[in-house]
Amino acid sequence: MAEVLVLVEHADGEPKKVTAELLTLARTLGEPSAVFLGAPGTYAKAKEYLAQYGAAKVYVAESDDIASYIGGPVAEVLAKLVAEASPVAVLVAATADSREVAARVAAKTESGLIWDATALSADLVATQGIFGGSTIVTSKVTKGVPVVVVRPNSTAPEAAPSTPAEQTVDVAISDAAKGAKIVDRVVEAKSGRPDLTEAQVVVSGGRGLGAAEHFTLVEKLADTLGAAVGASRAATDAGWYPHQNQVGQTGKTVSPQLYIAVGISGAIQHRAGMQTSKTIVAVNKDPEAPIFEFADYGLVGDLFNVVPQLTEAIEKRKAG
Amino acid sequence: MNIVVTVKQVPDTWAEKKLDAADKTVDRKSVDNVMNEMDEYGVEEALKIKEAHGGEVTVVTMGPAKAVETIRKALSMGADKAVHLTDDSLHGSDALATSAALAKVISTLSPDIVITSSEASDARGGVIGALLAERLGLPQLTQARKVTVDPGASKVTIERLADNGYALVEASLPVVVGVVEKINQPRYPSFKGIMAAKKKPLTTLSAADAGLDGAAVGLAGAASAVVTSEPAPPRSSGTIVKDEGDGGTKVAEFLAAQKLI
Repeated sequence: MAEVLVLVEHADGEPKKVTAELLTLARTLGEPSAVFLGAPGTYAKAKEYLAQYGAAKVYVAESDDIASYIGGPVAEVLAKLVAEASPVAVLVAATADSREVAARVAAKTESGLIWDATALSADLVATQGIFGGSTIVTSKVTKGVPVVVVRPNSTAPEAAPSTPAEQTVDVAISDAAKGAKIVDRVVEAKSGRPDLTEAQVVVSGGRGLGAAEHFTLVEKLADTLGAAVGASRAATDAGWYPHQNQVGQTGKTVSPQLYIAVGISGAIQHRAGMQTSKTIVAVNKDPEAPIFEFADYGLVGDLFNVVPQLTEAIEKRKAG
Repeated sequence: MNIVVTVKQVPDTWAEKKLDAADKTVDRKSVDNVMNEMDEYGVEEALKIKEAHGGEVTVVTMGPAKAVETIRKALSMGADKAVHLTDDSLHGSDALATSAALAKVISTLSPDIVITSSEASDARGGVIGALLAERLGLPQLTQARKVTVDPGASKVTIERLADNGYALVEASLPVVVGVVEKINQPRYPSFKGIMAAKKKPLTTLSAADAGLDGAAVGLAGAASAVVTSEPAPPRSSGTIVKDEGDGGTKVAEFLAAQKLI
């Protein structure tokens, strides 16, 4: 069976859930080969996970160069593997870093690129929601090896324990790929909450919160649900919450099982980033807010009363 | 500092966007078209760098004849000159072909800094900065929320947005910079700027002028193709309840009934 390359998404070796999703998807297309690229000593943390989700082979490249530069090194190694292995497809996660890598790999290998796929059939026809999810298209790569950027939460990960063959990849990064050097990484907000794009539940706050400190209401609700915290553009523009948490057209696109919008009107800008969520709950005092046109459950009321009560009710249910 | 900034004309965010029924490209005829909002941040950043360090800002766009409106906007904000790559054969170019065409034009301008925005509101690929860096063989300083240029050391440092903070990334000139929104507050064109824009140099290039291979661009050169396209099933509104003092409890009951808690 032909190989399907899966770029392992990880943080210092700890695999992200989307990696399991990509391996699960890859198994429907061919033989999954995980490609682990990271700093020296990080692969050990991913090894078991990749075997658990059915990698038939793992290409391992560990090098300081890989973790020290933006874009170039990972794209270079992955493109080289594409040329050598001639896979049927390359799957990467739709994260900020990996989509850029995917684009460079497609350019290097003169292949077609499809981004934000939510499904991929065995004959490599990808499904995408475009224009903020208002139009569904299916598309196919017509040149080279399809490089497909897949949205997190598109495939339910299924374990399929295997004993992957490991192949160490020689890493000789060209000087040209080492142009943008990472000199420091600064952690500003360590929340302990799940990644916004990977989370099963997202609670987002908007203009209705009225002030930065009121985001604690959203955070408390999120924490009782094990959720990630999002924010509308109005809230991030006002400086109430970090830009990294922005959901919508110029922010992140999320597709969780449950999306709770607190004090968000649901303008097209925001809708574009969350309307593929499975269940949408909205709390807003304005009965005319557009979000009520597509929410599964809408509560017209004062969020300052509703949200604490909801948080408490969930806590009670958990305790009981 | 020789600065090039790329802009793109897109359907207005508020317009109902669709694909052309015949060739499955973005329908740009039936809607209002505007400068991609994120590109305004790119133009602003280019102008700020020029104001701080001197130099010249050249706007580059690829798009139909109408895209000249977007060029005018960038010029009226304060850019010095513009290059408009326009040709019927370019219609339907994908991100890969677009980046190759833009790179070809940009390389003739020998820039110190190429600025692009992180995303266009029509395709939302978020890959043009990475692709330009790849095509031009320049360092990729994308996802920048802050850009610091040090002309003396011939160096650019950015704060690259990360999930829980940022990475400080540096590179030697020339570089490709991709900016995110909130990096700055784009200025509005002044009346004086709008008048001045009409007299600023604008070069219009055909695909042949730019030395592009006709088979590698447009729909013919695209490396992917849309197979089918249909409107998403409409999301109908569900239950809407007015808070009678027990709203939070009601929401919890709904979540429990849906087995979400």
